[in-house]
Amino acid sequence: MLIDTENRELLSLPTAELLRLAPFAGDFFSSLGLELPAEEISTADYFASLDAELLEDLGLERQTLAERFTAFMELLENLKSGIDNAHIESITIRGGHDKSGRAEEFDLTVKPGEVICIVGPTGSGKSRFLADIEWMAQGDTPTGRTILINGAAPDPSQRFSIEHKLVAQLSQNMNFVMDLTVEEFITMHAESRMVDDIPSVTAAIIKLANDLAGEKFTPQTPVTALSGGQSRALMIADTSCLSTSPIVLIDEIENAGIDRKRAVHTLVDKRKIVLMATHDPILALMGDRRLVFKNGGISAIIETSNSERANLALFEEMDAKLGAVRNALRNGERISHTPLLA
Amino acid sequence: MKLITIAGPPSSGKTAVTIKAIAALQREGVHVGVVKFDSLSTQDQSVYEKQGVAVMSGLSGNLCPDHFFVSNVSDCLSWGAEKGFDLLVIESAGLCNRCAPHIQGVLAVCVIDNLSGVDTPKKIGPMLKMSDVVVITKGDIVSQAEREVFSYRVRQVNANGTIINVNGLTGQGGHELGKLLLNAPETPDLDGRLLRFSMPAALCSYCLGQRKIGSDFQMGNVKKMDFK
Repeated sequence: MLIDTENRELLSLPTAELLRLAPFAGDFFSSLGLELPAEEISTADYFASLDAELLEDLGLERQTLAERFTAFMELLENLKSGIDNAHIESITIRGGHDKSGRAEEFDLTVKPGEVICIVGPTGSGKSRFLADIEWMAQGDTPTGRTILINGAAPDPSQRFSIEHKLVAQLSQNMNFVMDLTVEEFITMHAESRMVDDIPSVTAAIIKLANDLAGEKFTPQTPVTALSGGQSRALMIADTSCLSTSPIVLIDEIENAGIDRKRAVHTLVDKRKIVLMATHDPILALMGDRRLVFKNGGISAIIETSNSERANLALFEEMDAKLGAVRNALRNGERISHTPLLA
Repeated sequence: MKLITIAGPPSSGKTAVTIKAIAALQREGVHVGVVKFDSLSTQDQSVYEKQGVAVMSGLSGNLCPDHFFVSNVSDCLSWGAEKGFDLLVIESAGLCNRCAPHIQGVLAVCVIDNLSGVDTPKKIGPMLKMSDVVVITKGDIVSQAEREVFSYRVRQVNANGTIINVNGLTGQGGHELGKLLLNAPETPDLDGRLLRFSMPAALCSYCLGQRKIGSDFQMGNVKKMDFK
Protein backbone atom coordinates (compact mmCIF):
# COMPACT_ATOMS: atom_id res chain seq x y z
CA MET A 1 0.00 0.00 0.00
CA LEU A 2 1.24 3.46 -0.85
CA ILE A 3 1.86 5.68 2.12
CA ASP A 4 1.19 9.37 2.32
CA THR A 5 4.68 10.54 1.34
CA GLU A 6 4.58 8.23 -1.66
CA ASN A 7 1.29 9.80 -2.66
CA ARG A 8 3.08 13.13 -2.60
CA GLU A 9 5.87 11.71 -4.74
CA LEU A 10 3.24 10.74 -7.30
CA LEU A 11 2.88 14.46 -7.94
CA SER A 12 6.26 14.58 -9.65
CA LEU A 13 5.73 11.54 -11.87
CA PRO A 14 5.06 12.06 -15.56
CA THR A 15 1.37 11.45 -16.26
CA ALA A 16 2.03 8.32 -18.36
CA GLU A 17 3.89 6.76 -15.44
CA LEU A 18 1.24 7.88 -12.94
CA LEU A 19 -1.55 6.26 -14.95
CA ARG A 20 0.45 3.05 -15.25
CA LEU A 21 0.81 2.86 -11.45
CA ALA A 22 -2.72 4.05 -10.67
CA PRO A 23 -5.10 3.69 -13.62
CA PHE A 24 -7.93 5.41 -11.74
CA ALA A 25 -5.85 8.56 -11.14
CA GLY A 26 -7.25 10.00 -14.37
CA ASP A 27 -10.60 10.38 -12.58
CA PHE A 28 -9.06 13.07 -10.41
CA PHE A 29 -8.71 15.45 -13.34
CA SER A 30 -12.07 14.72 -14.92
CA SER A 31 -13.92 15.00 -11.60
CA LEU A 32 -12.66 18.58 -11.25
CA GLY A 33 -13.41 19.46 -14.86
CA LEU A 34 -9.73 19.50 -15.86
CA GLU A 35 -8.25 17.90 -18.97
CA LEU A 36 -5.84 15.01 -18.58
CA PRO A 37 -2.26 16.36 -18.59
CA ALA A 38 0.01 15.41 -21.50
CA GLU A 39 1.88 12.11 -20.99
CA GLU A 40 5.32 13.55 -20.29
CA ILE A 41 4.17 16.30 -17.88
CA SER A 42 4.11 15.72 -14.12
CA THR A 43 1.01 16.52 -12.12
CA ALA A 44 2.86 19.22 -10.15
CA ASP A 45 4.02 20.97 -13.36
CA TYR A 46 0.54 20.65 -14.79
CA PHE A 47 -0.96 22.40 -11.76
CA ALA A 48 1.62 25.20 -12.06
CA SER A 49 0.85 25.65 -15.76
CA LEU A 50 -2.93 25.95 -15.44
CA ASP A 51 -4.44 29.23 -16.53
CA ALA A 52 -5.58 31.40 -13.61
CA GLU A 53 -8.80 32.29 -15.41
CA LEU A 54 -9.64 28.63 -15.99
CA LEU A 55 -9.15 27.89 -12.29
CA GLU A 56 -11.35 30.84 -11.35
CA ASP A 57 -14.05 29.57 -13.70
CA LEU A 58 -13.88 26.08 -12.25
CA GLY A 59 -13.92 27.40 -8.71
CA LEU A 60 -10.52 25.96 -7.85
CA GLU A 61 -7.53 27.42 -6.02
CA ARG A 62 -4.08 26.53 -7.33
CA GLN A 63 -2.48 26.13 -3.90
CA THR A 64 -5.08 23.54 -2.82
CA LEU A 65 -4.72 21.35 -5.93
CA ALA A 66 -1.71 19.36 -4.68
CA GLU A 67 -3.48 18.72 -1.38
CA ARG A 68 -6.63 17.63 -3.23
CA PHE A 69 -4.60 15.31 -5.41
CA THR A 70 -2.90 13.68 -2.42
CA ALA A 71 -6.23 13.26 -0.64
CA PHE A 72 -7.71 11.72 -3.79
CA MET A 73 -4.88 9.21 -4.15
CA GLU A 74 -5.29 8.30 -0.49
CA LEU A 75 -8.97 7.74 -1.06
CA LEU A 76 -8.18 5.35 -3.91
CA GLU A 77 -5.80 3.40 -1.70
CA ASN A 78 -8.27 3.28 1.17
CA LEU A 79 -11.03 2.07 -1.09
CA LYS A 80 -8.87 -0.70 -2.48
CA SER A 81 -7.57 -1.78 0.90
CA GLY A 82 -10.99 -1.28 2.50
CA ILE A 83 -12.39 -3.87 0.13
CA ASP A 84 -9.55 -6.26 0.87
CA ASN A 85 -9.55 -5.77 4.62
CA ALA A 86 -13.22 -5.46 5.46
CA HIS A 87 -13.07 -8.35 7.90
CA ILE A 88 -16.14 -8.19 10.03
CA GLU A 89 -16.64 -11.26 12.16
CA SER A 90 -19.47 -9.94 14.25
CA ILE A 91 -21.59 -6.91 14.99
CA THR A 92 -23.04 -6.52 18.47
CA ILE A 93 -26.01 -4.34 19.28
CA ARG A 94 -26.19 -3.54 22.98
CA GLY A 95 -29.72 -2.58 24.00
CA GLY A 96 -30.66 0.93 25.07
CA HIS A 97 -34.24 1.94 25.81
CA ASP A 98 -37.57 2.52 24.03
CA LYS A 99 -39.45 5.82 23.68
CA SER A 100 -40.83 5.59 27.23
CA GLY A 101 -37.38 4.95 28.67
CA ARG A 102 -38.01 1.25 29.32
CA ALA A 103 -34.68 -0.60 29.09
CA GLU A 104 -34.16 -3.06 26.27
CA GLU A 105 -32.34 -5.84 28.00
CA PHE A 106 -30.36 -7.57 25.32
CA ASP A 107 -26.98 -7.93 23.70
CA LEU A 108 -27.52 -9.08 20.16
CA THR A 109 -24.53 -10.40 18.24
CA VAL A 110 -24.94 -11.10 14.53
CA LYS A 111 -22.46 -12.81 12.26
CA PRO A 112 -21.93 -12.98 8.48
CA GLY A 113 -24.33 -15.44 6.87
CA GLU A 114 -27.11 -14.92 9.42
CA VAL A 115 -30.61 -13.83 8.53
CA ILE A 116 -32.41 -11.59 11.02
CA CYS A 117 -36.03 -10.58 10.48
CA ILE A 118 -37.43 -7.28 11.65
CA VAL A 119 -41.12 -7.15 12.50
CA GLY A 120 -43.41 -4.48 13.87
CA PRO A 121 -45.78 -1.76 12.69
CA THR A 122 -44.79 1.48 10.96
CA GLY A 123 -43.27 3.93 13.40
CA SER A 124 -42.21 1.23 15.85
CA GLY A 125 -38.54 2.16 15.61
CA LYS A 126 -37.17 0.13 12.70
CA SER A 127 -35.59 3.14 10.94
CA ARG A 128 -34.03 4.34 14.18
CA PHE A 129 -32.54 0.88 14.69
CA LEU A 130 -30.87 1.01 11.28
CA ALA A 131 -29.69 4.55 11.88
CA ASP A 132 -28.08 3.36 15.12
CA ILE A 133 -26.15 0.69 13.21
CA GLU A 134 -25.18 3.05 10.37
CA TRP A 135 -23.94 5.69 12.80
CA MET A 136 -22.22 3.02 14.94
CA ALA A 137 -24.05 4.49 17.94
CA GLN A 138 -22.05 4.73 21.16
CA GLY A 139 -24.85 5.56 23.55
CA ASP A 140 -25.14 8.92 21.77
CA THR A 141 -28.43 8.44 19.92
CA PRO A 142 -32.01 8.79 21.24
CA THR A 143 -32.17 5.03 21.95
CA GLY A 144 -28.94 4.92 23.94
CA ARG A 145 -27.83 1.80 22.05
CA THR A 146 -24.19 0.83 21.54
CA ILE A 147 -22.75 -0.87 18.47
CA LEU A 148 -19.62 -3.00 18.68
CA ILE A 149 -17.63 -4.31 15.72
CA ASN A 150 -15.82 -7.61 16.34
CA GLY A 151 -16.60 -7.15 20.03
CA ALA A 152 -15.01 -3.72 20.41
CA ALA A 153 -16.00 -0.08 19.97
CA PRO A 154 -15.27 0.96 16.36
CA ASP A 155 -12.78 3.67 15.45
CA PRO A 156 -14.81 6.92 15.27
CA SER A 157 -13.24 7.79 11.91
CA GLN A 158 -15.10 4.84 10.41
CA ARG A 159 -18.40 6.60 10.98
CA PHE A 160 -18.04 8.65 7.83
CA SER A 161 -15.71 6.67 5.62
CA ILE A 162 -17.60 5.43 2.59
CA GLU A 163 -15.49 2.27 2.48
CA HIS A 164 -16.61 1.27 5.99
CA LYS A 165 -20.31 1.84 5.54
CA LEU A 166 -22.04 -0.88 7.52
CA VAL A 167 -25.44 -1.06 5.88
CA ALA A 168 -26.48 -1.46 2.25
CA GLN A 169 -30.22 -0.90 1.87
CA LEU A 170 -32.34 -2.52 -0.80
CA SER A 171 -35.55 -0.62 -0.29
CA GLN A 172 -38.86 -1.39 -1.89
CA ASN A 173 -39.47 1.97 -3.50
CA MET A 174 -36.07 2.25 -5.13
CA ASN A 175 -35.69 3.59 -8.66
CA PHE A 176 -32.94 3.78 -11.18
CA VAL A 177 -32.36 7.44 -11.88
CA MET A 178 -29.81 6.78 -14.59
CA ASP A 179 -30.65 5.96 -18.15
CA LEU A 180 -28.05 3.26 -18.79
CA THR A 181 -28.03 -0.34 -19.96
CA VAL A 182 -27.66 -3.03 -17.32
CA GLU A 183 -24.08 -3.62 -18.42
CA GLU A 184 -23.11 0.07 -18.34
CA PHE A 185 -24.78 0.46 -14.98
CA ILE A 186 -22.94 -2.41 -13.29
CA THR A 187 -19.67 -1.35 -14.95
CA MET A 188 -20.06 2.13 -13.48
CA HIS A 189 -20.58 0.66 -10.02
CA ALA A 190 -17.61 -1.69 -10.40
CA GLU A 191 -15.41 1.24 -11.46
CA SER A 192 -16.29 3.16 -8.33
CA ARG A 193 -15.21 0.07 -6.39
CA MET A 194 -11.83 -0.12 -8.18
CA VAL A 195 -12.51 -3.72 -9.18
CA ASP A 196 -9.66 -5.29 -11.14
CA ASP A 197 -11.45 -7.33 -13.79
CA ILE A 198 -14.53 -5.22 -14.46
CA PRO A 199 -15.92 -7.11 -17.51
CA SER A 200 -15.93 -10.51 -15.80
CA VAL A 201 -17.39 -9.16 -12.53
CA THR A 202 -20.10 -7.39 -14.54
CA ALA A 203 -20.91 -10.55 -16.49
CA ALA A 204 -21.06 -12.61 -13.29
CA ILE A 205 -23.48 -10.17 -11.66
CA ILE A 206 -25.78 -10.12 -14.68
CA LYS A 207 -25.81 -13.92 -14.82
CA LEU A 208 -26.57 -14.16 -11.11
CA ALA A 209 -29.39 -11.63 -11.41
CA ASN A 210 -30.88 -13.59 -14.29
CA ASP A 211 -30.80 -16.75 -12.19
CA LEU A 212 -32.86 -14.96 -9.56
CA ALA A 213 -35.29 -13.15 -11.85
CA GLY A 214 -38.33 -14.92 -13.26
CA GLU A 215 -38.11 -13.26 -16.65
CA LYS A 216 -34.67 -12.95 -18.24
CA PHE A 217 -33.01 -9.72 -19.35
CA THR A 218 -29.86 -9.01 -21.34
CA PRO A 219 -26.80 -6.85 -20.63
CA GLN A 220 -28.23 -4.40 -23.20
CA THR A 221 -31.60 -3.97 -21.46
CA PRO A 222 -31.93 -0.40 -20.12
CA VAL A 223 -32.15 -0.44 -16.32
CA THR A 224 -35.26 1.72 -16.50
CA ALA A 225 -37.02 -0.99 -18.52
CA LEU A 226 -36.52 -3.67 -15.86
CA SER A 227 -39.58 -4.97 -14.00
CA GLY A 228 -39.81 -4.66 -10.23
CA GLY A 229 -38.65 -8.25 -9.76
CA GLN A 230 -35.80 -7.89 -12.25
CA SER A 231 -34.61 -4.67 -10.58
CA ARG A 232 -34.67 -6.39 -7.21
CA ALA A 233 -32.75 -9.36 -8.61
CA LEU A 234 -30.14 -7.09 -10.19
CA MET A 235 -29.64 -5.09 -7.01
CA ILE A 236 -29.37 -8.21 -4.87
CA ALA A 237 -26.76 -9.69 -7.23
CA ASP A 238 -24.95 -6.35 -7.44
CA THR A 239 -24.93 -5.75 -3.69
CA SER A 240 -23.80 -9.27 -2.91
CA CYS A 241 -20.82 -8.96 -5.27
CA LEU A 242 -19.83 -5.28 -5.20
CA SER A 243 -20.94 -3.69 -1.95
CA THR A 244 -18.40 -3.61 0.89
CA SER A 245 -21.13 -3.21 3.49
CA PRO A 246 -21.34 -6.29 5.71
CA ILE A 247 -25.03 -5.80 6.44
CA VAL A 248 -27.72 -5.84 3.78
CA LEU A 249 -31.16 -4.56 4.71
CA ILE A 250 -34.06 -5.67 2.57
CA ASP A 251 -37.56 -4.43 3.13
CA GLU A 252 -40.03 -7.05 1.98
CA ILE A 253 -39.26 -8.94 -1.23
CA GLU A 254 -42.48 -8.79 -3.20
CA ASN A 255 -43.80 -12.09 -4.42
CA ALA A 256 -43.40 -11.40 -8.12
CA GLY A 257 -40.70 -11.85 -10.69
CA ILE A 258 -38.01 -13.03 -8.29
CA ASP A 259 -37.09 -16.25 -6.51
CA ARG A 260 -37.27 -14.92 -2.95
CA LYS A 261 -35.60 -17.85 -1.24
CA ARG A 262 -32.69 -17.92 -3.67
CA ALA A 263 -32.31 -14.17 -3.36
CA VAL A 264 -31.80 -14.47 0.39
CA HIS A 265 -29.50 -17.48 -0.06
CA THR A 266 -27.36 -15.49 -2.52
CA LEU A 267 -26.66 -12.86 0.12
CA VAL A 268 -26.04 -15.51 2.77
CA ASP A 269 -23.60 -17.31 0.46
CA LYS A 270 -21.66 -14.05 0.04
CA ARG A 271 -21.34 -13.87 3.84
CA LYS A 272 -23.62 -10.89 4.27
CA ILE A 273 -25.58 -10.28 7.45
CA VAL A 274 -29.12 -10.09 6.12
CA LEU A 275 -31.63 -7.89 7.93
CA MET A 276 -35.06 -8.34 6.46
CA ALA A 277 -38.09 -6.25 7.31
CA THR A 278 -40.81 -8.71 6.39
CA HIS A 279 -44.19 -10.00 7.40
CA ASP A 280 -44.11 -12.71 4.75
CA PRO A 281 -44.36 -16.08 6.55
CA ILE A 282 -41.97 -17.90 4.20
CA LEU A 283 -39.26 -15.25 4.43
CA ALA A 284 -39.77 -14.82 8.16
CA LEU A 285 -39.21 -18.55 8.69
CA MET A 286 -35.92 -18.33 6.80
CA GLY A 287 -34.64 -16.03 9.51
CA ASP A 288 -32.58 -17.29 12.41
CA ARG A 289 -34.22 -14.72 14.70
CA ARG A 290 -36.94 -12.12 14.65
CA LEU A 291 -36.56 -8.74 16.30
CA VAL A 292 -39.94 -7.45 17.47
CA PHE A 293 -40.20 -3.66 17.46
CA LYS A 294 -42.62 -1.76 19.66
CA ASN A 295 -42.71 1.85 20.88
CA GLY A 296 -39.27 2.70 19.52
CA GLY A 297 -37.53 -0.27 21.08
CA ILE A 298 -36.94 -3.98 20.59
CA SER A 299 -39.51 -5.62 22.83
CA ALA A 300 -38.55 -9.24 22.12
CA ILE A 301 -36.08 -11.38 20.20
CA ILE A 302 -37.67 -14.60 19.00
CA GLU A 303 -35.50 -17.51 17.88
CA THR A 304 -37.14 -19.34 15.01
CA SER A 305 -38.09 -22.70 16.52
CA ASN A 306 -38.21 -26.08 14.81
CA SER A 307 -41.95 -26.26 15.32
CA GLU A 308 -42.33 -22.92 13.56
CA ARG A 309 -40.14 -24.16 10.71
CA ALA A 310 -42.29 -27.27 10.44
CA ASN A 311 -44.96 -24.98 8.96
CA LEU A 312 -42.68 -24.02 6.12
CA ALA A 313 -43.66 -26.92 3.86
CA LEU A 314 -47.34 -26.06 4.28
CA PHE A 315 -46.76 -22.35 3.56
CA GLU A 316 -44.74 -23.19 0.48
CA GLU A 317 -47.49 -25.44 -0.80
CA MET A 318 -50.04 -22.63 -0.31
CA ASP A 319 -47.67 -20.21 -1.97
CA ALA A 320 -47.24 -22.51 -4.96
CA LYS A 321 -51.02 -22.78 -5.33
CA LEU A 322 -51.45 -19.04 -5.31
CA GLY A 323 -48.56 -18.72 -7.72
CA ALA A 324 -50.27 -21.10 -10.11
CA VAL A 325 -53.44 -19.01 -9.99
CA ARG A 326 -51.40 -15.93 -10.70
CA ASN A 327 -49.83 -17.61 -13.71
CA ALA A 328 -53.26 -18.70 -14.91
CA LEU A 329 -54.41 -15.09 -14.75
CA ARG A 330 -51.32 -13.97 -16.63
CA ASN A 331 -51.99 -16.55 -19.34
CA GLY A 332 -55.60 -15.46 -19.73
CA GLU A 333 -57.09 -18.62 -18.24
CA ARG A 334 -60.16 -18.95 -16.08
CA ILE A 335 -59.36 -19.43 -12.43
CA SER A 336 -62.02 -22.10 -11.94
CA HIS A 337 -60.20 -24.26 -14.51
CA THR A 338 -57.06 -24.36 -12.42
CA PRO A 339 -56.80 -27.94 -11.16
CA LEU A 340 -54.66 -26.95 -8.17
CA LEU A 341 -57.64 -25.26 -6.55
CA ALA A 342 -59.54 -28.49 -6.39
CA MET B 1 -22.85 31.56 19.41
CA LYS B 2 -22.03 28.90 16.84
CA LEU B 3 -22.65 29.77 13.19
CA ILE B 4 -23.36 27.39 10.31
CA THR B 5 -23.87 28.05 6.61
CA ILE B 6 -26.01 25.59 4.68
CA ALA B 7 -26.00 25.69 0.90
CA GLY B 8 -27.09 23.38 -1.88
CA PRO B 9 -28.93 23.28 -5.20
CA PRO B 10 -32.67 24.14 -5.23
CA SER B 11 -34.94 21.37 -3.95
CA SER B 12 -32.05 19.29 -2.66
CA GLY B 13 -33.72 19.15 0.75
CA LYS B 14 -31.83 21.87 2.64
CA THR B 15 -34.83 22.96 4.69
CA ALA B 16 -36.06 19.43 5.34
CA VAL B 17 -32.75 18.13 6.69
CA THR B 18 -32.09 21.35 8.62
CA ILE B 19 -35.46 20.98 10.35
CA LYS B 20 -34.74 17.36 11.27
CA ALA B 21 -31.35 18.28 12.69
CA ILE B 22 -32.79 21.24 14.60
CA ALA B 23 -35.60 19.09 16.02
CA ALA B 24 -32.98 16.72 17.44
CA LEU B 25 -31.01 19.64 18.89
CA GLN B 26 -34.13 21.22 20.41
CA ARG B 27 -34.85 17.95 22.23
CA GLU B 28 -31.47 18.36 23.87
CA GLY B 29 -32.25 21.92 24.91
CA VAL B 30 -30.16 23.73 22.26
CA HIS B 31 -31.64 27.12 21.31
CA VAL B 32 -31.45 27.37 17.50
CA GLY B 33 -32.33 30.22 15.13
CA VAL B 34 -32.44 30.29 11.32
CA VAL B 35 -31.96 32.90 8.65
CA LYS B 36 -33.33 31.80 5.29
CA PHE B 37 -32.13 33.52 2.12
CA ASP B 38 -34.20 33.27 -1.02
CA SER B 39 -34.71 35.28 -4.17
CA LEU B 40 -38.38 35.85 -4.97
CA SER B 41 -40.44 34.31 -2.23
CA THR B 42 -40.06 31.72 0.44
CA GLN B 43 -42.50 29.36 2.08
CA ASP B 44 -39.80 28.03 4.33
CA GLN B 45 -40.41 30.68 6.97
CA SER B 46 -43.68 29.04 7.99
CA VAL B 47 -42.09 25.58 7.81
CA TYR B 48 -39.55 26.65 10.42
CA GLU B 49 -42.14 28.49 12.52
CA LYS B 50 -44.27 25.34 12.66
CA GLN B 51 -41.29 23.61 14.20
CA GLY B 52 -41.05 26.38 16.79
CA VAL B 53 -37.82 27.77 15.34
CA ALA B 54 -37.17 31.52 15.38
CA VAL B 55 -36.62 32.45 11.74
CA MET B 56 -35.82 35.54 9.69
CA SER B 57 -36.17 35.60 5.88
CA GLY B 58 -34.13 37.67 3.46
CA LEU B 59 -35.38 38.11 -0.11
CA SER B 60 -32.77 39.31 -2.57
CA GLY B 61 -35.25 40.34 -5.27
CA ASN B 62 -33.35 41.39 -8.39
CA LEU B 63 -29.93 41.16 -6.74
CA CYS B 64 -27.73 38.10 -6.86
CA PRO B 65 -28.86 36.13 -3.78
CA ASP B 66 -25.35 35.12 -2.80
CA HIS B 67 -23.96 38.65 -3.03
CA PHE B 68 -27.01 39.76 -1.04
CA PHE B 69 -26.12 37.10 1.52
CA VAL B 70 -22.57 38.41 2.04
CA SER B 71 -23.79 41.97 2.42
CA ASN B 72 -26.14 40.91 5.20
CA VAL B 73 -24.36 38.10 6.98
CA SER B 74 -22.86 40.28 9.76
CA ASP B 75 -26.31 41.63 10.57
CA CYS B 76 -27.63 38.07 10.68
CA LEU B 77 -24.99 37.26 13.28
CA SER B 78 -25.91 40.31 15.38
CA TRP B 79 -29.59 39.37 15.23
CA GLY B 80 -28.77 35.85 16.41
CA ALA B 81 -26.61 37.13 19.25
CA GLU B 82 -29.36 39.53 20.33
CA LYS B 83 -31.89 36.68 20.39
CA GLY B 84 -29.51 34.64 22.51
CA PHE B 85 -29.30 31.57 20.26
CA ASP B 86 -26.75 28.87 20.99
CA LEU B 87 -26.57 28.14 17.29
CA LEU B 88 -27.53 30.12 14.19
CA VAL B 89 -28.11 28.42 10.85
CA ILE B 90 -27.97 30.47 7.66
CA GLU B 91 -29.61 28.71 4.76
CA SER B 92 -28.78 29.99 1.29
CA ALA B 93 -31.08 30.18 -1.72
CA GLY B 94 -29.03 27.64 -3.63
CA LEU B 95 -29.35 28.97 -7.14
CA CYS B 96 -25.96 28.88 -8.72
CA ASN B 97 -23.65 25.86 -8.62
CA ARG B 98 -20.55 28.00 -8.91
CA CYS B 99 -21.19 30.09 -5.80
CA ALA B 100 -20.26 29.23 -2.26
CA PRO B 101 -21.56 31.36 0.57
CA HIS B 102 -19.10 29.55 2.84
CA ILE B 103 -16.88 31.51 5.20
CA GLN B 104 -13.45 30.57 6.50
CA GLY B 105 -13.64 29.32 10.08
CA VAL B 106 -17.44 28.85 9.94
CA LEU B 107 -18.85 25.32 9.63
CA ALA B 108 -19.92 24.91 6.00
CA VAL B 109 -22.58 22.38 5.01
CA CYS B 110 -23.57 21.42 1.47
CA VAL B 111 -26.79 19.49 0.82
CA ILE B 112 -27.10 17.52 -2.42
CA ASP B 113 -29.51 14.80 -3.42
CA ASN B 114 -29.08 11.39 -5.00
CA LEU B 115 -31.85 12.09 -7.49
CA SER B 116 -29.75 14.76 -9.18
CA GLY B 117 -27.65 11.99 -10.73
CA VAL B 118 -24.10 10.71 -10.35
CA ASP B 119 -22.57 13.39 -12.59
CA THR B 120 -23.80 16.22 -10.38
CA PRO B 121 -20.92 16.27 -7.86
CA LYS B 122 -18.59 17.18 -10.75
CA LYS B 123 -20.81 20.08 -11.77
CA ILE B 124 -20.96 21.79 -8.39
CA GLY B 125 -18.16 24.19 -7.56
CA PRO B 126 -16.76 25.48 -4.26
CA MET B 127 -20.19 25.09 -2.61
CA LEU B 128 -19.53 21.34 -2.55
CA LYS B 129 -15.78 21.10 -2.96
CA MET B 130 -14.99 23.43 -0.04
CA SER B 131 -17.66 22.33 2.43
CA ASP B 132 -16.87 20.63 5.73
CA VAL B 133 -20.00 18.49 5.84
CA VAL B 134 -21.76 17.04 2.80
CA VAL B 135 -25.32 15.92 3.45
CA ILE B 136 -26.67 13.50 0.86
CA THR B 137 -30.46 13.25 0.71
CA LYS B 138 -33.17 11.21 -1.04
CA GLY B 139 -31.22 7.99 -0.65
CA ASP B 140 -34.40 6.01 -0.06
CA ILE B 141 -35.62 6.34 -3.61
CA VAL B 142 -32.55 5.41 -5.63
CA SER B 143 -30.82 2.06 -5.95
CA GLN B 144 -28.06 1.02 -3.58
CA ALA B 145 -25.60 0.97 -6.48
CA GLU B 146 -26.37 4.57 -7.41
CA ARG B 147 -26.09 5.61 -3.77
CA GLU B 148 -22.64 4.06 -3.56
CA VAL B 149 -21.47 5.61 -6.83
CA PHE B 150 -22.87 8.97 -5.77
CA SER B 151 -21.00 9.07 -2.45
CA TYR B 152 -17.86 7.92 -4.21
CA ARG B 153 -18.16 10.79 -6.69
CA VAL B 154 -18.72 13.27 -3.86
CA ARG B 155 -15.63 11.87 -2.18
CA GLN B 156 -13.69 12.37 -5.41
CA VAL B 157 -14.26 16.12 -5.39
CA ASN B 158 -14.24 16.60 -1.62
CA ALA B 159 -11.85 14.11 -0.09
CA ASN B 160 -11.68 15.67 3.37
CA GLY B 161 -15.27 16.57 4.12
CA THR B 162 -17.59 14.50 6.29
CA ILE B 163 -20.27 12.75 4.25
CA ILE B 164 -23.56 11.95 5.96
CA ASN B 165 -26.78 10.53 4.56
CA VAL B 166 -29.95 12.10 5.89
CA ASN B 167 -33.52 11.27 4.99
CA GLY B 168 -35.48 14.53 5.08
CA LEU B 169 -38.79 12.67 5.32
CA THR B 170 -38.20 10.08 8.02
CA GLY B 171 -35.45 12.06 9.72
CA GLN B 172 -33.03 9.12 9.64
CA GLY B 173 -29.60 10.73 10.12
CA GLY B 174 -31.06 14.01 11.42
CA HIS B 175 -29.93 13.40 14.96
CA GLU B 176 -26.43 12.62 13.72
CA LEU B 177 -26.35 15.77 11.58
CA GLY B 178 -27.35 17.74 14.68
CA LYS B 179 -24.29 16.33 16.48
CA LEU B 180 -22.06 17.49 13.62
CA LEU B 181 -23.59 20.98 13.70
CA LEU B 182 -22.80 21.23 17.41
CA ASN B 183 -19.12 20.80 16.52
CA ALA B 184 -19.18 24.19 14.79
CA PRO B 185 -16.71 26.68 16.25
CA GLU B 186 -17.94 29.76 18.12
CA THR B 187 -18.24 32.81 15.83
CA PRO B 188 -18.16 36.03 17.88
CA ASP B 189 -18.05 38.30 14.82
CA LEU B 190 -17.48 38.21 11.09
CA ASP B 191 -15.91 41.54 10.20
CA GLY B 192 -12.73 40.96 8.25
CA ARG B 193 -13.39 37.26 7.76
CA LEU B 194 -12.88 35.80 4.29
CA LEU B 195 -15.26 33.95 2.05
CA ARG B 196 -13.83 30.54 1.20
CA PHE B 197 -13.94 31.42 -2.47
CA SER B 198 -14.59 34.49 -4.56
CA MET B 199 -18.14 34.81 -5.86
CA PRO B 200 -18.55 34.87 -9.63
CA ALA B 201 -17.88 38.25 -11.11
CA ALA B 202 -20.96 39.95 -12.49
CA LEU B 203 -20.60 43.45 -13.73
CA CYS B 204 -21.91 43.87 -17.25
CA SER B 205 -24.66 45.91 -18.82
CA TYR B 206 -27.19 43.15 -18.08
CA CYS B 207 -26.43 43.41 -14.35
CA LEU B 208 -27.51 47.03 -14.68
CA GLY B 209 -30.86 46.30 -16.26
CA GLN B 210 -30.08 46.13 -19.98
CA ARG B 211 -32.62 43.94 -21.84
CA LYS B 212 -31.62 44.36 -25.48
CA ILE B 213 -29.62 41.56 -27.14
CA GLY B 214 -26.64 42.26 -29.41
CA SER B 215 -22.96 43.19 -29.19
CA ASP B 216 -23.73 46.91 -29.19
CA PHE B 217 -25.47 46.53 -25.87
CA GLN B 218 -22.86 44.39 -24.13
CA MET B 219 -20.54 46.34 -21.88
CA GLY B 220 -18.27 45.62 -18.95
CA ASN B 221 -17.27 42.13 -17.89
CA VAL B 222 -18.36 40.20 -20.99
CA LYS B 223 -17.07 36.74 -21.88
CA LYS B 224 -17.54 35.06 -25.25
CA MET B 225 -17.88 31.37 -26.07
CA ASP B 226 -15.28 29.83 -28.31
CA PHE B 227 -16.91 28.09 -31.30
CA LYS B 228 -13.68 27.24 -33.11
